[in-house]
Amino acid sequence: MGSIVLEKVEKTFGEVTVIPPIDLEIGDGEFTVFVGPSGCGKSTLLRLIAGLEDVSAGRVLIDGRDATDLAPAKRGLSMVFQSYALYPHMSVRANIAFPLKMAGMTAHEIDAKVTAAAATLNLTDYLDRKPKQLSGGQRQRVAIGRAIVRQPSAFLFDEPLSNLDAALRVQMRLEISELHHQLGTTMIYVTHDQVEAMTMADKIVVLNKGRIAQVGSPLDLYRRPDNLFVAGFIGSPKMNFVTGPVAAAHGAHTIGVRPEHLAISADGGDWPGTVGVAERLGSDTFLHVDAGDLGTLTVRAGGDVGFRHGDRVGLTPDPAAIHRFDDKGMAIR
Amino acid sequence: MARRTTLPRKLGVTALAWGIGFLVFFPILWTVLTSFKTEAEAVASPPSFLAFHWTLENYAEVQERSDYFRHFLNSVVISLGSTVIGLVIAVPAAWAMAFQPAKRTKDLLMWMLSTKMMPPVGVLVPIYLIFRDLGLLDTRLGLTIILTLIDLPIIIWMLYTYFKEIPGEILEAARMDGADLWNEIVHVLTPMAVPGIASTLLLNVILAWNEAFWTLNLTAAKAAPLTAFIASYSSPEGLFYAKLSAASTMAIAPILILGWFSQKQLVRGLTFGAVK
Amino acid sequence: MSTQHSRAAARLLVAPSVVLLFLWMIVPLAMTVWFSFLRFNLLMPGTREWIGFLNYEFFLTDPAFFAAVANTLAIVLGVLAITIVGGILFALLLDQPFFGQGAVRLLMIAPFFVMPTVSALVWKNMFMNPVNGLFAWLQKSVGMAPHDWLATTPLLAVIVIVAWQWLPFSTLILLTALQSLDEEQREAAELDGAGALARFRYIVLPHLSRAITVVILIQTIFLLSVFAEILVTTNGGPGTDSTNLAYLVYAQALLQFDVGGASAGGIVAVVLANIVAFFLMRMIGRTLEG
Repeated sequence: MGSIVLEKVEKTFGEVTVIPPIDLEIGDGEFTVFVGPSGCGKSTLLRLIAGLEDVSAGRVLIDGRDATDLAPAKRGLSMVFQSYALYPHMSVRANIAFPLKMAGMTAHEIDAKVTAAAATLNLTDYLDRKPKQLSGGQRQRVAIGRAIVRQPSAFLFDEPLSNLDAALRVQMRLEISELHHQLGTTMIYVTHDQVEAMTMADKIVVLNKGRIAQVGSPLDLYRRPDNLFVAGFIGSPKMNFVTGPVAAAHGAHTIGVRPEHLAISADGGDWPGTVGVAERLGSDTFLHVDAGDLGTLTVRAGGDVGFRHGDRVGLTPDPAAIHRFDDKGMAIR
Repeated sequence: MARRTTLPRKLGVTALAWGIGFLVFFPILWTVLTSFKTEAEAVASPPSFLAFHWTLENYAEVQERSDYFRHFLNSVVISLGSTVIGLVIAVPAAWAMAFQPAKRTKDLLMWMLSTKMMPPVGVLVPIYLIFRDLGLLDTRLGLTIILTLIDLPIIIWMLYTYFKEIPGEILEAARMDGADLWNEIVHVLTPMAVPGIASTLLLNVILAWNEAFWTLNLTAAKAAPLTAFIASYSSPEGLFYAKLSAASTMAIAPILILGWFSQKQLVRGLTFGAVK
Repeated sequence: MSTQHSRAAARLLVAPSVVLLFLWMIVPLAMTVWFSFLRFNLLMPGTREWIGFLNYEFFLTDPAFFAAVANTLAIVLGVLAITIVGGILFALLLDQPFFGQGAVRLLMIAPFFVMPTVSALVWKNMFMNPVNGLFAWLQKSVGMAPHDWLATTPLLAVIVIVAWQWLPFSTLILLTALQSLDEEQREAAELDGAGALARFRYIVLPHLSRAITVVILIQTIFLLSVFAEILVTTNGGPGTDSTNLAYLVYAQALLQFDVGGASAGGIVAVVLANIVAFFLMRMIGRTLEG
């Protein structure tokens, strides 16, 4: 099975601490996403779990077994790399078969498993090609195929979609989620894209500068961010932040209001402002409103809202949806 | 600039490029042509370009009089030997530096390259004396040792730049897939590294084949490779143009053909990947 | 990838190369330094006495030394100038579309594969010979007196021969670099109103700077030690007109058997090469970093 527990896991490179001690529990069958800006340590954390980096202190438990000093291959995990890391000199078939061959399976068994994996991933027609002859999406599938054939206790994904174009990214996102439902295996997925995190995860781990900023379900993080960092990182467009007297009136150092929780009207409203750029997506319109001392606020309105550049408007925040933060950036509840 | 080319312009460039290519190549062509002439025709004025009596007798005579094949064999043994030994020493080093870089790796590489900056005359005297005392003068073994040493930095650099291009993630993937070190080397590393090693081998054999400082100074009749053998034509046989040409043609033909095959890797290899 | 024992293994794998190169660097060089302070001539066995800097004094005050330094520089700079200017021009030409690009490339690169002794002898005898050479015939056929290259302009003759060997190298490298120039950059410059000359000056030349640096570095290493071409053509002469440092030291050692003097000369050559290398490495460092 595939529970993974990190106990006070720490990573330092010489003097530099990349990951301060971290505790984390990932349940069996969970789809966990590590998300954060680049350099936040999410990939390092994944590689510590994989065993590709030594932990400097602490323990990694896989299925309750101490795996801290186990070689990567002995941990029963498989990994999909950002560059896919396909073996360029091997055919698709040989690529997928490689881990099975390493496990010493018979040719007959290997063949059956590769055929089955290829069928799942729509790769049957490409089995005899070399990676060079495949498109980005196909390479991605081969990498996944190579990961699933060994039936690992958990999958590790390191930014697997970042080399694909936007449309393909959306499609592969769905395919990976579907795969998770089919296999029910634990998955740990690293990304810098909060949309991927929101749409795929059972549990999101937001990382900032090597520390865990918050752990929770996507909607948890969206509705109840623990701190300014998570509030600003999760959600698109970003949450609006206001400081100064207006925040003080709510008993906070900073208040945050999501674009969809700002009502816009031609007159009246709590906060007057001037419409700047209006981004029309059809279903929604994002209005960037210059609200004087409050700064530029983003408002999400309906697709057919009539305001245009230069219009004077009033904004009213939904009082039930105001997030309050203290001067250290922590949520006040 | 693949666009907007008119045919007349293209024809003009074609003529100019072929003209220049021909001029640059002409000394070689002339040597090959002369090698098929009789001595009298070789110095005839005006020179004849194609309308002469073609003969192979120069080739026969070169072999007969100065045992061309022994020198050819010397060249093969020395250039191939020094390259292969160099590779055996360099592959592990380049491998380690490419995949386990330490803080000092860059400095170490620069230092290795800097050993090439030392002019050979700086060590000519002691090497000559050491060779004399050890009986290595005019031996294939001695020359192979020297060429291995002077080629080593270049071999390491070439290999390093080739290995550097093998993505580290591939090795990690192999490790995740359960490959131990042996399987990693056999199934993943070797197949990916072989092209780089092969072109390093090829380029280095060419360089060693044409090396003409140590080969001239450390050999005499016995172990002389083709570079030194040709130098003996400096005088007075040099005046026999047809025989000089035949000997020259035989000395450069094998390596020229190898060189033509390797020209794709040549730039990349000789500039250590700095120009691609 | 960085686990403890793999790092130790890495050190073990690098060790043989480092040890060999270190010995190769240090042992003979130390011997050369030692010999350079001795009166040591192979023709006078048994005499090996300490004479301090006398060998250096002789070598550095020998007019042949100054001639050799000047000739060494002339060869390096002359060949570099020809091969870089010529290489850029040829590369620009070969970068244009024309019929038979592959074949012309093969013709152009060929001289690089010709061993120095062959190219030197072929040029010396079949081209530069004042009686039977092709150049002499060309000059005679237009009514000029044949030019005796090796007797009157020996250094130029050496430069021409060496440049012919290295021109293909620079051409091929610069051509490769040229072909990696982003077409969109050129088009952007064209839209910005840059003419062909301005495009060359502001787009192409900066793009080539890295390749040019590499050409200079690699060629300088080899050009400082040109030897075979001199040995089989002019023997350094007439007088010292075409003697470079490498040849001078060789003559001292293996023609006059003056080990002490030749060692002093060798050390001087090493010092000079290091001065050049120092500037070269700094230049390279700057260009290759960026």
